[in-house]
Amino acid sequence: MTVKELSEKLGYKIITETGDSTKTEITGVYACDLLSHAMAKINTGDVWVTVHTNLNVVAVASLTEASCVVIPENIQIEEQTIERAEKKGVIFLSAPVSAARVCYDVLSVLREAK
Amino acid sequence: MKKAVIVRDYTIPANDFTIAGEASSNVRKILTQLGVSPNVVKRASIAMYEAEINAVIHGKGGNAHVEIDENKIYIVISDEGPGIADLELAMQEGYSTAPDSIREMGFGAGMGLSNMKKHADILDIDTEVNRGTTVHITVYFNSDKKI
Ligand SMILES: Nc1ncnc2c1ncn2[C@@H]1O[C@H](COP(=O)(O)OP(=O)(O)OP(=O)(O)O)[C@@H](O)[C@H]1O
Ligand SMILES: [Mg+2]
Repeated sequence: MTVKELSEKLGYKIITETGDSTKTEITGVYACDLLSHAMAKINTGDVWVTVHTNLNVVAVASLTEASCVVIPENIQIEEQTIERAEKKGVIFLSAPVSAARVCYDVLSVLREAK
Repeated sequence: MKKAVIVRDYTIPANDFTIAGEASSNVRKILTQLGVSPNVVKRASIAMYEAEINAVIHGKGGNAHVEIDENKIYIVISDEGPGIADLELAMQEGYSTAPDSIREMGFGAGMGLSNMKKHADILDIDTEVNRGTTVHITVYFNSDKKI
């Protein structure tokens, strides 16, 4: 399951199209808003769900090799974050639903795909 | 002693989150280009990021010095900030003195130092109150430490 497939299946909007969404594979999901928790726990390929939209999120997603960042509840993403994410190749998705719902949906889709 | 093949120095400005993490990001790129294993790249850049961010947030900014040879990466992050009075306490997960403005961005879990320890093969911290803090991180390219 690629990021692009996930976004289409769940109706999440791709905010930063880095050209990699059709190649980047999703392997799991991780949700946490504490950055060094996320830093320690995100596995390569995880979808990372967080309400933060500051620049540091780009750094954490990039270093942990998250497949993408999902911002729940249509929270607006800071402009400088979008620019940095495009530069660093980090895909941001925007979801209309809550963080809990994102986790549930991603896990369901991953299970189905198995 | 083997000579360092690549040496890099970076300035880490205080409280500037537009640049925070750029040194680690750059080192990650270098290691990837060198063909270092993904696990090692990830460990080294995460450990460095945590030290870099601490210098930004707690240490009033500082410097990063990086040496890469064929066997390892050695990273030194130093600042002339307030230092850490009780390092053992600071190393404990959950201990943080980060102010609210910093917590609002998502920092302040008190996990940075323990993350460094988890990800580095060798972690050495020299710190003195009112003098500053220097963090030494070594990651070996052939190390099979898991994260
Ligand atoms: N370079 C430094 N200079 C002064 N104090 C520091 C420095 N690095 C760490 N500390 C002290 O040690 C504490 C713990 O650091 P640690 O990185 O584990 O957590 P944090 O930075 O507070 O939060 P987190 O890293 O989880 O976002 C800090 O809150 C701070 O009091
Ligand atoms: Mg920290």
